[in-house]
Amino acid sequence: MSQVSSDWVADAEIAPPLPVVRGTSLLRRSLKLWRTRIGLVLVGFIVLLAIVGPYIAPYGPSTPVGAPNSNPSSKAVLGTDYLGQDVLSRVLYGGRSILVMAVVATALGLVVGVAIGLVAAYSRNTLDDILMRGMDVIMALPQILLALVAVAIVGPHAWVIVAAIALTTVPRIARVARGTALPIVERDFIAASEAMGVPRWRIVSGELLPNCLGPLMVEASLRLTYSVALIAGLAFLGLSPNPNGANWGTMIQQNEVVLVVQPWGAAAPIIVIALLTLGTGLIGDGIARTAAGIDRARGEA
Amino acid sequence: MNRFRPRGLWGFILRRLLLGIIVLILVSILVFLATQALPEDPARAILGRSATPASLAALRRQLHLDQPVIEQYWTWVTGLLHGNLGTSLAAQEPVSTLLAPKLVNSAVLVALAAVLSIPLSIAIGAYAALKREKAFDQASSNLLLLLAALPEFVVALALVILLATTVSHVLPAVSTVPPGSRPWNNWLALILPTLALVIAVAPYVARIMRASMIEVLESDYVEMARLKGLPERTVLLRHALPNALGPVFQVIALNLAYLAGGIIFIEVVFNYTGVGGAIAEAVVNHDLPVIQALAMLIAAVYVILNLLADVATILVTPKLRTRL
Repeated sequence: MSQVSSDWVADAEIAPPLPVVRGTSLLRRSLKLWRTRIGLVLVGFIVLLAIVGPYIAPYGPSTPVGAPNSNPSSKAVLGTDYLGQDVLSRVLYGGRSILVMAVVATALGLVVGVAIGLVAAYSRNTLDDILMRGMDVIMALPQILLALVAVAIVGPHAWVIVAAIALTTVPRIARVARGTALPIVERDFIAASEAMGVPRWRIVSGELLPNCLGPLMVEASLRLTYSVALIAGLAFLGLSPNPNGANWGTMIQQNEVVLVVQPWGAAAPIIVIALLTLGTGLIGDGIARTAAGIDRARGEA
Repeated sequence: MNRFRPRGLWGFILRRLLLGIIVLILVSILVFLATQALPEDPARAILGRSATPASLAALRRQLHLDQPVIEQYWTWVTGLLHGNLGTSLAAQEPVSTLLAPKLVNSAVLVALAAVLSIPLSIAIGAYAALKREKAFDQASSNLLLLLAALPEFVVALALVILLATTVSHVLPAVSTVPPGSRPWNNWLALILPTLALVIAVAPYVARIMRASMIEVLESDYVEMARLKGLPERTVLLRHALPNALGPVFQVIALNLAYLAGGIIFIEVVFNYTGVGGAIAEAVVNHDLPVIQALAMLIAAVYVILNLLADVATILVTPKLRTRL
């Protein structure tokens, strides 16, 4: 995975200003594509697993149920991990913290990033320069590096990880928001609102924002994928709020060395993380294709 | 604002270089302040509760904590510029001697991945564009989409499970480079980390290449070249491909810069002896001088690669070249 925005967003600055597609209708239309449906099913399945998992787990997350690294049996369907805990139960317990942190971090980054990007695009003056150069500075560090520096300094608390990922999400969202909003700012209906004396913040939130939703939704789904990957990845490096808690990333770290003896301890969380990021990736691609299709149809009309 | 704007290609490079230097100065302030903003005394955080007052004072002197903040920053930055990156707290060795061999190892890995993935992904993207909506295009697009969605440590671990442990055992799962040895001395151990990096980068480059090539193939000048009766080979290699590469350079540079971060996970998975593993270790050990040095190094690599991407894009895009 990489930090590159989806292809068609990059074209927004040169493309003719057309999209006036509301977010909900874009979502509904994208459901006609199989990839979006598969993505939704995958994400829905994993989210459900994370929510109801703790209630249906056969054992507690740290209950010893047998010898360490024992193979799957009727007692432990996926075998036990390096401490003799039930792998299935730990998978069922291990999603909540990752999902909650990823959603909170992405949502924070989305709100702040959209605000900065739209204000920058609308202001068209020195404020634009100052905001976007500030974003460049944050972008000069890879997400994972900034998160590692933050965790190294303050410690692997949940709020530190969320704050670091939110902070690094902001400039990436802001760039897309600004790029999408720039051609729209030049259009007549914005000038009309200004002439009617609509307050600036109402123009930004009521006129500009609804017209930028398509690319922002694609970028948001992409960012959510990265947030999940980063939070699970930090736990894999041994940096999670609860170093012994049930957490997919932590599970991989703890059981990676015994892959030859009992593969499921690491393989099960790897598969769950893979399904989740594949799901968000497919949804994002479905929305992107739908939006691109709408643009193309209008260009030909 | 545009009064002192140097013009032309060199002016553009100069402007971007200045911007890059400003960004690096800001990043250095950010990294420095962040490591100074410790909630507790850094010396105590590093040494723990058992520290004696004498060892605390010694470490404070070593970290220059007894000086005013601005002086500390100045000492650190001038040290950086002279190649003096401080002393690792965990290894009690100069950071530069500690990191130099690891830097070489990581550079070898990234270079290998770049050399393999860039031509491969350009070829896949260009071929998919030629066979648009046909079987190859659809299969490669879907496969690349799935690979792009996977976190790199998941890809790396999947490779370990498939090729080095559980499913089959044809390649080594651990790629440690022993001290004094070079990565290429044990090239078998390089295969899996390289493959993981290629999978992390190739999908993005191939996708942008496909999009860019489709746009070029639909352009008027390609149609003109075809109508002129040029052989298809010439049309593709002389007219279409060079023009399609413009946007691709940017994505390649972004991805190579991204590798500076993504390499952390891959080096940890394979126990590869490089800077990525070093920074993960430094975080666990609270080894601030190493973290500071690597953060600056990676930021510098990132800024330089972005600069190169911009210059390359300008050079291969005549339209942009004349607008400077």
